[in-house]
Amino acid sequence: MQSVTGVSIADETAGPHGQSPLAGDGAGTGRLGDRLFGGAAIGAGAIVVGLVTLIGVFLLSQAIPSLMKNEANFLTSTEWSVGGEHPRFGILRLLWVTVLSSLMALAIAVPIGIAVALFITNYAPKWLSKPAASTVDLLAAVPSIIFGLWGLRVLGPHTDGIQNFLRDNLGWFPLFKETTVGSSTTIFLAGIVLAIMILPIITALSREVFAQTPPTHKEGALALGATKWEMIRTAVLPFGKPGVISAAMLGLGRALGETVAVMILISSLAQGTAFSFSLFDGGETFASKIALGAGEFDTPQKTGAYIAAGLVLFILTFIVNAIARIVIERRKAFTE
Amino acid sequence: MAKRIDVSDLDIFYGNFKAVEGVSMSIEPRAVTAFIGPSGCGKSTVLRTLNRMHEVIPGGRVEGKVLLDGQDLYAKDVDPVGVRRTVGMVFQRPNPFPTMTIRDNVAAGLKLNGVKNKARLDEVVEKSLKGANLWNEVKDRLDKPGAGLSGGQQQRLCIARAIAVEPQVLLMDEPCSALDPISTLAIEDLINDLKERYTIVIVTHNMQQAARVSDQTAFFNLKATGQPGKLVEIDSTSRIFNNPSEKATEDYISGRFG
Repeated sequence: MQSVTGVSIADETAGPHGQSPLAGDGAGTGRLGDRLFGGAAIGAGAIVVGLVTLIGVFLLSQAIPSLMKNEANFLTSTEWSVGGEHPRFGILRLLWVTVLSSLMALAIAVPIGIAVALFITNYAPKWLSKPAASTVDLLAAVPSIIFGLWGLRVLGPHTDGIQNFLRDNLGWFPLFKETTVGSSTTIFLAGIVLAIMILPIITALSREVFAQTPPTHKEGALALGATKWEMIRTAVLPFGKPGVISAAMLGLGRALGETVAVMILISSLAQGTAFSFSLFDGGETFASKIALGAGEFDTPQKTGAYIAAGLVLFILTFIVNAIARIVIERRKAFTE
Repeated sequence: MAKRIDVSDLDIFYGNFKAVEGVSMSIEPRAVTAFIGPSGCGKSTVLRTLNRMHEVIPGGRVEGKVLLDGQDLYAKDVDPVGVRRTVGMVFQRPNPFPTMTIRDNVAAGLKLNGVKNKARLDEVVEKSLKGANLWNEVKDRLDKPGAGLSGGQQQRLCIARAIAVEPQVLLMDEPCSALDPISTLAIEDLINDLKERYTIVIVTHNMQQAARVSDQTAFFNLKATGQPGKLVEIDSTSRIFNNPSEKATEDYISGRFG
């Protein structure tokens, strides 16, 4: 099983075909201990697979009846009225806001996370690296509701300048188009806050893989006359790349699913507002829409509509993870 | 191209610990100098001071002088990065960059120096791999990962990588200790070829190897654990192995200790 860092112990000792030398061989002796432990391990693995399957089945079974009654196109509609005899709902706007805010968070958090991780592992003096690492980890302990409030009350007003600047100078570009939404409640601000929220996980995992760079690789680069930065570029970053990709995907997963902070931050749009690509628009993500709609779950039909939205989120995170896996696998021949 | 190295009164420290004391020696150009001695006597440490690689370990510093054709490597205005471009190094365990292809591994040093011209890179890659006696074995798979080669091939790849930047001196820290006898032989043949162009310093635990490949041999020793290591003597290899001036050298060579 691959660890979250993408660098498992099995990778370190892998044989020529990427197989752990002892994986699935005949090392089991048939004694009681072996059988008990083997059974427990298989059971644990089966539970995980079973859980994912059950969640998928649950989402599908709840969503399908509502989807059958839906009179709008579920994928391309921006409407959302789930009650009554003629429900019309679609996820286009939810999908756009979710993906946009998460990608923006990723675009900010990944470079900063890598930089912080490099600082902690390669630049900081010994006495500083431990406290710096724990401080970043502490960020992860701040509840998301606090991030939401802080973003709304403190950070939001400070981003006026940059938001206005982008709007005024790059307004011709669909992402920066002018809207009527106040700057403390835009997707743009949510993206920044989400970036801060996923920074700790990206930093922590990147730090972990960078710290594992074999000293012989670093020495190899230095002995060729590499400066510190060149050593990092030739030895540390390539070695850490799969781990950083995993970290980014975990961060993306968190950003896609973040609920409370986004719900507080982004202002909901009135029914029927025209769809826009702008970062300065309001709206809802899948998660915040479902949370906001929780009061409406009085009939299976309404609930089913929201669950259908949840199903899309589920599939989205699935795809994100699959892509990450593919990227990592492709580079596997180049890691020991 | 090859340059001589003069070491005078060199003390090496790690923090407050004095690892090596009072080393003075001359290393001849276009020849192989072997460092031998028991474990922990500081021979690898001395080797690493010749291209300032010991500074990579926190607290590593020296007192004394190391002159490369008269130029002090430890003068204030000397950049260690520049020193390492002039004095290449090959390590105990083969360490090709695992994420790079064979071609990129060899070209890594040149790319660090800012060479981008593809034709020039290809030319140097071929020349260096030929120089490391590896070309015939890898010419059809230059775009495969370097980590997929055998241990001996990886070590020769590392030698190719080191000579691709055309250093003046090549340092080898027990380059064969992780290799089988056949690969060892291949590396030793290579060392024999390379000494026509480079100054070579090799640390080895294998006395037969020192006798086979080197022109002069330096014997290092230490009085007791925790004491700094010292250079006992340096002389032509035949003298060290047949008629050393020091009793300690004779005892070590003849296997009476160490």
